[in-house]
Amino acid sequence: MLKVDIKKELADFTLEVCFTVERNVLVLFGPSGSGKTTILRSIAGLLRPDGGSIVHDGRVLYAAESGVFVPPRERHVGYMFQEFALFPHMNVRRNIWYGVKKHNQDATRMYERLLELLKIGTLADRYVGQLSGGEKQRVALARALMAEPAILLLDEPLSSLDVATRLELRAELKSLQELWDIPFVLVTHDPDEAKILGHNIVFLDKGRQVAPQWT
Amino acid sequence: MVEWQPVILSIKVALCSLIFVTVFGVMAAHLMRHREFPGKAAAEAIFTLPLVLPPVVTGFLLLILIGKQGPVGRLLTEVLHTQIIFTPYAAILAGTVVAFPLMYQSTKAAFLAVDTNLEDAARTLGAGEWRVFLTVTLPLAWPGLVAGMVLSFARALGEFGATIMVAGNIPGKTQTIPLAIYFAAESNDLTQAGLYVVIISLITFALIFWLNTWSKAKAKPTRTAKAVS
Repeated sequence: MLKVDIKKELADFTLEVCFTVERNVLVLFGPSGSGKTTILRSIAGLLRPDGGSIVHDGRVLYAAESGVFVPPRERHVGYMFQEFALFPHMNVRRNIWYGVKKHNQDATRMYERLLELLKIGTLADRYVGQLSGGEKQRVALARALMAEPAILLLDEPLSSLDVATRLELRAELKSLQELWDIPFVLVTHDPDEAKILGHNIVFLDKGRQVAPQWT
Repeated sequence: MVEWQPVILSIKVALCSLIFVTVFGVMAAHLMRHREFPGKAAAEAIFTLPLVLPPVVTGFLLLILIGKQGPVGRLLTEVLHTQIIFTPYAAILAGTVVAFPLMYQSTKAAFLAVDTNLEDAARTLGAGEWRVFLTVTLPLAWPGLVAGMVLSFARALGEFGATIMVAGNIPGKTQTIPLAIYFAAESNDLTQAGLYVVIISLITFALIFWLNTWSKAKAKPTRTAKAVS
């Protein structure tokens, strides 16, 4: 279980949230600028909150009181960025292998399995500039999962895709989460996406958790 | 007949300057990007100063610093029992200082252009700061670094004002191409001066020409790639 209880002073408001995520999908839903990405960045360790704590399965990732702050490289938190953040100077294969610590048989098996699951086997030698939006999304997903994350964060993973690809990948995300069985925290401002993907939904507005409202 | 010694010395001096400028320029740009410290704005100004100061002023300041009575000069005498004033090492120092701002500015701009999300992505994939720098920041900033290196080399190659202040004009020892041109012209040997002018112009032209061709070729694959997607 992932428990997030953080506070962060932002330019226009104070972000203050407290929620838990089981091994399923938690959706952070709210208008843009409501602090969703800040929450993800805090969980990943890319940003230091001003107070509170982040604990995953008893392992403290951040605690203001005791001064614990685990750096991102040691958190085992996968992060899929909004624009995917694939390395443009590497081909798909090198992108996917980037987060692998030990290049052994298990890793190779995992790599082949991910290529098959995400249907990107034919793209291995291509560069990021030669991929479509949907392909980039799959590669980014493969790269994040290849690093064997204990938690996966997804920042508007489907927003830059066309409708058909979006529906297809939505289903894939759901089945991947079931396969990997780790907490997914997904940011979206699309109500359909939130309803279909989220086991639980946290509604946000100006940094606060609010009552459900589909706007 | 051309005396090749100044040409060879100039290239040696410019190459040595280039090594220092590259190391310090990249270090300074990296530091300024990631660290906050008191006096950062002043440091930023000092890093750019040699670009706008007349080289002869930079040379004068260096002379004060490394002259026999200067702080660095004295330190060199006491610790290493040597002097660098009026030696090729002083020419390298002058070249390094005047070329530094070009490398620093190019590198800084190149680092700024690197998408921080890519560096953050590398961090979440388990990379430490050093690996992030070597595998993401540096390769993506590379074209900017190369541009800075070419400009710095050309600048160090043509350095006159600061060089003559600290290295003097000792034929066969510290006389570089620009100094040889000046003193040949002064003694009315316009053929000799003209030959050096042609040589340094050709070297510089070739460098800039190569840089432009290389940058264009480098930019091409991504452009066609974008057209595909």
